[in-house]
Amino acid sequence: MNRGLFVKLCRSVYRKLLACVMACATFAFCFSCVRAQGQDRAPVYYPADIQYGAQIFASQCTACHGENGDLIPGVNFRAGQFKRVISDSDIRLTVTTGVPGTAMQPFNFGASELTGIVSYLRNMSSFDTKGLMLGNRARGQELFEGAGKCATCHAVNGKGPRVAPDLGDIGSMRTADLLHRTLLDPAGAMLPVSRSVRAVTKDGKTINGRRLNEDTYSVQLIDEQEHLVSLVKSDLREYAVVKTTPMPSYKDKFSAQELADLEAYLLSLKGVK
Amino acid sequence: MRNSRRMFFPIALTLLFSFSLRAQVTSQRLLHAGDEPQNWLTYSGTYASQRYSLLTQIDASNVKNLELQWVFQAQSLQKFETTPLVVDGIMYLTQSPNDIIAVDARTGRAFWVYHYAPSPAARPCCGIVNRGVAILGDTLFMATVDAHLVAVDSKTGHAIWNTKLAEPAAGYAMTMAPLVVKDKVIVGVAGGEFGVRGFISAFDAETGKQAWRFDTIPAPGQPGHESWREGDWQHGGGAVWVTGSYDPELNLIYYGTGNPGPDWNPAQRPGDNLYSDSVVALDPDTGKLKWHFQFTPHDPYDYDSVQIPVLVNANWKGAPSKLMMWGNRNGFFYVLDRTNGKFLSGHPFVKVNWASGLDANGRPVATPQPAGQPTFPGIQGGTNWYSPSYSPRTGLFYISAWENYSTIFTGIDTEFHEGQRYTGGANTAPIAGAENPVGQRQGPVNMYTESLGSGAVVAMDPTTGEKKWKFDMHDVNTSGILTTASDLLFAGGREGYFQALDARTGALLWKENLGGEIIAGPMTYRVDGKQYVTIAAGNSLFTFALRQ
Repeated sequence: MNRGLFVKLCRSVYRKLLACVMACATFAFCFSCVRAQGQDRAPVYYPADIQYGAQIFASQCTACHGENGDLIPGVNFRAGQFKRVISDSDIRLTVTTGVPGTAMQPFNFGASELTGIVSYLRNMSSFDTKGLMLGNRARGQELFEGAGKCATCHAVNGKGPRVAPDLGDIGSMRTADLLHRTLLDPAGAMLPVSRSVRAVTKDGKTINGRRLNEDTYSVQLIDEQEHLVSLVKSDLREYAVVKTTPMPSYKDKFSAQELADLEAYLLSLKGVK
Repeated sequence: MRNSRRMFFPIALTLLFSFSLRAQVTSQRLLHAGDEPQNWLTYSGTYASQRYSLLTQIDASNVKNLELQWVFQAQSLQKFETTPLVVDGIMYLTQSPNDIIAVDARTGRAFWVYHYAPSPAARPCCGIVNRGVAILGDTLFMATVDAHLVAVDSKTGHAIWNTKLAEPAAGYAMTMAPLVVKDKVIVGVAGGEFGVRGFISAFDAETGKQAWRFDTIPAPGQPGHESWREGDWQHGGGAVWVTGSYDPELNLIYYGTGNPGPDWNPAQRPGDNLYSDSVVALDPDTGKLKWHFQFTPHDPYDYDSVQIPVLVNANWKGAPSKLMMWGNRNGFFYVLDRTNGKFLSGHPFVKVNWASGLDANGRPVATPQPAGQPTFPGIQGGTNWYSPSYSPRTGLFYISAWENYSTIFTGIDTEFHEGQRYTGGANTAPIAGAENPVGQRQGPVNMYTESLGSGAVVAMDPTTGEKKWKFDMHDVNTSGILTTASDLLFAGGREGYFQALDARTGALLWKENLGGEIIAGPMTYRVDGKQYVTIAAGNSLFTFALRQ
């Protein structure tokens, strides 16, 4: 073998080796990413969701599973023992599709209810149902329409003002925990897209409203007169997103029981069927 | 002083009330929709359904300067059949399966999206489509493919009520834009390929409660039932899947009805099969039938009379008359007296061989073709549900036509099973091995070609029944038609071209390739002094205006 050929061969082997190492490294990196994704970050379960899940469990699940979740052979929720469940997604799937050939029927639960059930089943061992503060939906509605003054800004299924979002399906859209946090800290928990905006046009007209949509060149909002307004930003002299909210905090306004009542009412709003 | 105070409060109240009324689409505004051409307040533009606009900014001299203003891309690959509404600068359009989107009519940017998840049991025969919404006050109304009627707040996109009309698992579906008349929302059900019993129904706009229901297939004891053999009526079809029209002076609504069931095997349903393939005139307050006219009795060809009833006030034989014009799927163009349903004239607008003509009462003289021979027009008809247009300025009626198009029909006995197709036979193209042209193009290459039929916009003179002019297209034509007071005609086609023609001559003035088949009706509106023209093509909605 002459030297030239030897060098060429070495280079070829080197390139292949390098390619192989690169491929392995890439694979290892991707695999680690997949694993990281597969493992997920440690799930966080919030007290309000656990509490909501406990209520749903009490009304929908105990007939078969029992109060402690241990009446079905091979299943003991309190001990974390399931037949075919590994992840939280598995719990959601089992609840919504049921288990064919068994008494486990599919349940038509929304996202917030499923979050509640998962949160409760994962925390059953430590959650004290004796201290469960059950909200009363009817009392919550009274608070919504009365002392809470919620209905002065929010509509429910088209009935009421449009200053703030219609809450007719809020029980499907937001989890118990998010609702709880919104009632305590409205500015911190509100959806950023729903923030108030203030715009001043080049001819001096001021427009205040609730943002519905925004892009680089335009913003869409519903103004204080409940008109849908689309503004081109180049037509504006001033434009600002307001990070505060006119919604008050109910932290000191309502007792824990009243908050539970209001949340029970909001969670019952699942939209028109 | 006391007197002036007394005067002030009623005036203030009136001003306040009229302001709030202006902000909403009242039934009065709907009655006079044609007087506010900046808006498009009903599916067909006005209750007369002429799809004609008074806007004239775009005309024959400048139409070549049309340019694209914005595009809305639907989040769906289903057919895009929507005709949007425009109300004071806000456009409301629908996308498959049953979403409503509110967008800024100047820019196409969205305010909100209302998502409706239809039941998986829904089984519309011919695509998961929706053709648009209706509006009253601040409420939009949409019919869904799983046979629900929903009311949605036009400002927020939030559902207000939801009423189920029929079982989707039994084949009932709804694809039409509703029609609002006074305080009621009126819809009909599709499902003619599943042997449903069709009906038209009205609902209280405020509550969603049913006000009345008219069954298009009469039950025992009802007039018209004698046109059915015992039992057949229960699966008799007569579906209603395109928006009707309304004459406020006569207080009548008009709806076309679909094929009898089973579609292609008339031997299974002897008789005229009323009120299939008919136009029915109903009292909008009660749903009571005032008159009917059947275009295709005992139909073996699936010639749904589900076209838009176009109402025209014009002279007929020298006398001012209330006319109804109808380009029918069976290939004939009809003029009826809409006060009583009397037949005035009927002429073929495409090649027809299933009938040699119409008798003095408008009943076809049937000429069934021998077994294995083609019938003209074919199964999709001389036209179909595509919105026609009538221009009071030209006095012409414009139809999207399928020309020289035929099908070989074969009837086969079929047992009825709820929720399963109940079509009763087969239909094939006249050229062996060729695909039978259907209502949707199968990709960018045209497989149908001239030997299987072609498309056209046909301008009919209602007074003579003659073609005034014809604009030929290579592929068949599935587009609706819009005319304007500047004598322009806008129409698309399956080829993806959107065209402006001279409404008087049919001359091509402008065209744009939108790259996707057009199976929708064009509409026009004006915002901030600028006229726009909008059409759905492929999976997107395109809006044009003059270059500035």
